[in-house]
Amino acid sequence: MASESAKLYWKRNLRILLILLLIWFAVSYGCGILLADTLNQFRIGGFPLGFWFAQQGSIYVFVVLIFTYVYLMNRLDREFDVHEQ
Amino acid sequence: MGVQSWTFVIVGATFLLYIVVAIWARAGSTQEFYIAGGGVSPLANGMATAADWMSAASYLSMAGLIAFMGYGGSQYLMGWTGGYVLLALLLAPYLRKFGKFTVPDFIGERYYSRQARLVAVICALFVSFTYVVGQMKGVGVAFARFLEVPFSTGIFIGIGIVFFYAVVGGMKGITYTQVAQYCVLIFAFTVPAIFISLQMVGHPIPQIGMGGTMQDGTYLLDKLNQISVDLGFEKYTEAGMNNRINVFFITAALMFGTAGLPHVIVRFFTVPKVKDARISAGYALFFIAILYTTAPAVAAFARTNLIQTVDNQPYAEMPTWFKKWETAELILFDDKNSDGRIQYVADASINELRIDRDIMVLANPEIADLPAWVIALVVAGGLAAALSTAAGLLLVIATSISHDLMKKYLKPEISERNELIAARVAIAVAVVAAGLAGINPPGFVAEVVALAFGLAASSFFPAIILGIFDRRMNREGAVSGMIIGILFTATYIWYFKPQLGGPGTPEGYWFGISPEGIGTLGMLINAAISLVVSRLTPHPPAEVQAIVEDIRIPRGAANAKAH
Repeated sequence: MASESAKLYWKRNLRILLILLLIWFAVSYGCGILLADTLNQFRIGGFPLGFWFAQQGSIYVFVVLIFTYVYLMNRLDREFDVHEQ
Repeated sequence: MGVQSWTFVIVGATFLLYIVVAIWARAGSTQEFYIAGGGVSPLANGMATAADWMSAASYLSMAGLIAFMGYGGSQYLMGWTGGYVLLALLLAPYLRKFGKFTVPDFIGERYYSRQARLVAVICALFVSFTYVVGQMKGVGVAFARFLEVPFSTGIFIGIGIVFFYAVVGGMKGITYTQVAQYCVLIFAFTVPAIFISLQMVGHPIPQIGMGGTMQDGTYLLDKLNQISVDLGFEKYTEAGMNNRINVFFITAALMFGTAGLPHVIVRFFTVPKVKDARISAGYALFFIAILYTTAPAVAAFARTNLIQTVDNQPYAEMPTWFKKWETAELILFDDKNSDGRIQYVADASINELRIDRDIMVLANPEIADLPAWVIALVVAGGLAAALSTAAGLLLVIATSISHDLMKKYLKPEISERNELIAARVAIAVAVVAAGLAGINPPGFVAEVVALAFGLAASSFFPAIILGIFDRRMNREGAVSGMIIGILFTATYIWYFKPQLGGPGTPEGYWFGISPEGIGTLGMLINAAISLVVSRLTPHPPAEVQAIVEDIRIPRGAANAKAH
């Protein structure tokens, strides 16, 4: 694989990581800890929202994040022709 | 049939299942012994990882901790799941492409140094041993309470079982046993939760039921907040953290620790491809999330149920479970005002009831008056959780000794056959040592485990991440970072943990950070030192830089081999 294309592949990989990790940080440390008090003024069903993020929502988002990552990376691997046969 | 007969039957049946699976999947080569031959399907690997990961602490202690901490317990929920995102995105695919057996293998080759490998081996042993002691204690508690044998006998039974299938089966046996154990533990955890959810809010899914309404039309969580406040406790759902920094640090230590635990990382060496490593982290978290989203619901139900059952009720009319746990001295009642009723309140001078948090999951089905077989199932699940984690950890300990220490360090000419024998002897010694240490561990189960995370976060995580993402990172940087990181963290933990004989008091915490959260600071120190030292010392050799280039590209992942 040409090194130009390897560099670009790595750059695109890092961009995907950065975006997903920002979401990771926002739902757990953001909504679940730092903003929990503020969000608790809102409710979904019987849950105060900040509490829901801390004990339910962040975990759901984590699962979705990993599957999104797998999807994006598999697509990127094929685009750069570095996927495994 | 009574609870005890059911327990014997169900626990006996599950143990038989594990043994049959272990014999069926026994290991014949070092490759099978260390990484299950590298041919485990991502789905099976996901389940095995989940069982490996979810320990006695997750299963037995966590819901109890949350029940008593309310919102404050969220740090465990987020901390013990969020690490999988880091694992999937930052570690698993690259380590799989690297394609060796162990974390010290990676450290040793990436940092072209036998010393680095040795430091990694010592860190791996230290972390794994701390963790396995907590599992053994969990096994002892479950046996002691439900088979009514002494605590130490319970541990010896546990040692016997793990001994058998870990020594015979190696990673291959352990992986397939863990798949069976996952099924047992998740079934055992969710069934009572569904029952209780139906009972309390009439909804079969606990995750939704937790936000549902009770028979009198109020939301369960509002009711729980109300009765908590009435008794002088904090509101259950309120983020009343007097120390936000500490919550932040503990959550981070648990997350980064997860991603640095050798027994979790090694799981991603067992799948055939890089692609499989990514997806199996996803499956693992999915399977873990089933328990981790049920646990807070169980906690809220249990707390409400408990308060309604005991508060201001006559002591003489307490149900049988209350008396049983009293005999085990895990519930203590002291009728201070001699009115024959139980006053359960926040104010310590009037409060008459003390409840050990670790009993909540085991006691919950009894408190909710569920049938005897459900209670027995919960015990079997707790044992599955503790045994599966213990086996995974013991394998890491054995591999560290036979592969990293003997094969790579002391006696490189050792034959495959002898290495396999060495691995089996090492695992046998480790099982017995862990059991003996489990009889007298520091603190309660979750606390012991939480400490192992800090140690993992402060030693491995930066060395591995920088090894992948920073081409300039060299031997000098990584080794000095790891040593200072783990020494700093271990010292702080010792100093501020009275159970370990340290002289410190909570008033002395740096920035209010408790020993459970200090691994985060240790990790930052490790990374900072690594970066500074590496910039002041020579570049890593060209062939090592080529390895870094190579692991970044998925194609060409060979089977992990003995090299």
